[in-house]
Amino acid sequence: MEKFTTLQSKGIPLNIENVDTDQIIPARFLKATDRKGFGDNVFRDWRYQKDGTVNTDFVLNDSRYSGSILVAGDNFGCGSSREHAAWAITGYGFKVVVSSFFADIFKGNALNNGLLPVQVSADFLSDLMQAIVSNPETELVVDLENQNISVKGLGLSENFDIDPYKKTCMINGYDDIDYLINNKVQIEAFEAQKIY
Amino acid sequence: MGKTLFDKVWDSHVVSTIENGPQILYIDKHLIHEVTSPQAFNELEDRGIPIFRPNQIVATADHNTPTMHQDQPIRDALSRKQLEQLSENCEKNNITLYQLGHKYNGIVHVMAPELGVTQPGLTMVCGDSHTSTHGAFGAIAFGIGTSQVAQVFASQCLLLTKPKSLRVTVNGKLKKGVLPKDVILYIISKLGTNSGTGYFCEYAGNVFEEMSMEGRMTVCNMSIEMGARGGMIAPDDTTFEYVKGRQFAPKGEAFDKKVAYWKTLPTDSDATFDKEYSFDAEDIEPMITYGTNPGMGIKISETIPVDENPSFKKSLAYMDFEAGESLINKPINFVFIGSCTNSRIEDFRVAANYIKGKRKADNVTAWLVPGSKQVESQIIEEGLKSIFDDAGFELRQPGCSACLAMNDDKIPQGEYCVSTSNRNFEGRQGQGSRTILASPLVAAATAVEGKIIDISKQLN
Repeated sequence: MEKFTTLQSKGIPLNIENVDTDQIIPARFLKATDRKGFGDNVFRDWRYQKDGTVNTDFVLNDSRYSGSILVAGDNFGCGSSREHAAWAITGYGFKVVVSSFFADIFKGNALNNGLLPVQVSADFLSDLMQAIVSNPETELVVDLENQNISVKGLGLSENFDIDPYKKTCMINGYDDIDYLINNKVQIEAFEAQKIY
Repeated sequence: MGKTLFDKVWDSHVVSTIENGPQILYIDKHLIHEVTSPQAFNELEDRGIPIFRPNQIVATADHNTPTMHQDQPIRDALSRKQLEQLSENCEKNNITLYQLGHKYNGIVHVMAPELGVTQPGLTMVCGDSHTSTHGAFGAIAFGIGTSQVAQVFASQCLLLTKPKSLRVTVNGKLKKGVLPKDVILYIISKLGTNSGTGYFCEYAGNVFEEMSMEGRMTVCNMSIEMGARGGMIAPDDTTFEYVKGRQFAPKGEAFDKKVAYWKTLPTDSDATFDKEYSFDAEDIEPMITYGTNPGMGIKISETIPVDENPSFKKSLAYMDFEAGESLINKPINFVFIGSCTNSRIEDFRVAANYIKGKRKADNVTAWLVPGSKQVESQIIEEGLKSIFDDAGFELRQPGCSACLAMNDDKIPQGEYCVSTSNRNFEGRQGQGSRTILASPLVAAATAVEGKIIDISKQLN
């Protein structure tokens, strides 16, 4: 897994609530048996019309916006457990998703793929959206060590929570498999004396 | 202080706890299917890690399988490859696979309970968010991502932080025509799609106690639609009767010993929950959804609420519905009865009972997709198939089908589908399709009438 410490980037404002994983990557693209190529189809049915032409109203097709931070509405990533959603978002080039609320499974999948979910207050999210929309050149800074997200030049800043274990994993690029395998003796001992 | 059902099962599965961090939770049963497992197999192979406990894994093909001509080679090359890869991976790693055409094949959340793989007090996972279904037996069951599938392959464990506890109690007498699907759609419409996020939910009260296992599975299945990772119902005699005698269930004395243990699992009377809600069964009516998330539901007799939220308006625009309007008499051209929510024998009995002696409307395409080969056989044995045939309904072969439209079972652009599945997200049943979630009874009535009707009025 790629390490994550700090990131300075512009943000892309996706001001829609309850973005589900079927929108992030529609089911018809789940036939691949590897992790590659999902970025090409991220938000496919919002980015393109059914006839394949570009939907110019969608924010990812708005040339004013760029950057590797996706700023999204409340309850991001609800629905299906498909990790393909996290692969699609990272495959497109995002490294951080900011929202006021994340669905559980998506959040876990993101953390397992080096994609940092930053949960902020509803007020901060609204200020952040506003700042980016009024000036798409706005630079955001995400500092994982200090668990802080700020907006350059505007004095907007907020701390965010993250599980300390997951934080260590993100900073060092570790994943859970290494940890679990190193505990095999304990797991075998548990199996030998299960009470149920 | 007393413990909840969830506490009892969770605590008995903790291998160890990381200081200021997650716990190592032992997983008893791991269910896999063709879509979310291949990348996990690849990862282990790339890292040279063997599968730790292959005999605790059960595999089926369901998400991406055709529902017609299952005896013939799959035409779509990518789908065929995905299924071949599942077969290869299972064979190489000594994992039991019920592949397409096998008499035990079916949707993972239908076939595993049928075979007795699902039992009270177990921890179960699957790379599918509707794994919450198995909580109907008093098991801790939840959906995981593919990285976690790889973790369970490697260690039979997961690193998790214990979720908070939530209890939803429904007491009283359900009205005529109100099915388990209506109960859960009602709960989600009241609580919203993220009320359960971070929680495990227990359903309590006489309404759930009196439900069949099929009904309890329908309820627990949709726990994830309110954000809860899982839902549970205390195991009781209904549960034990269902499990008894099934393929993988303990037999004889071993079964009796298990039952004695399972009886200790229900929540203690002095246990407390982090959050509690309760509802009155008399307030529930046949439900229907009008928007693009399962929380956007109303009683069929109600009108669509008015809300100025831009996401709400976007949703209504997608559905081409107006705030304040009633859905009664809306013409509907597609009806789907199936999915891990409502594809068990009881669901088809309800539908057949309504349809008997009637015929579907000419404008309607009505698909019936059983959850498993066993359900399919039961439909034929019980004579339901001839009722469906006579009424012009199309009985297809088992699979996830039009619930997520990964295979060819797609609802066309712009069309409404009254569906017994679990998600009404934009394009869920095919690009540009519009899903209206409902019970099998409402779906059957819609197919017969060719439009949405107030089923309560008709029944009374």
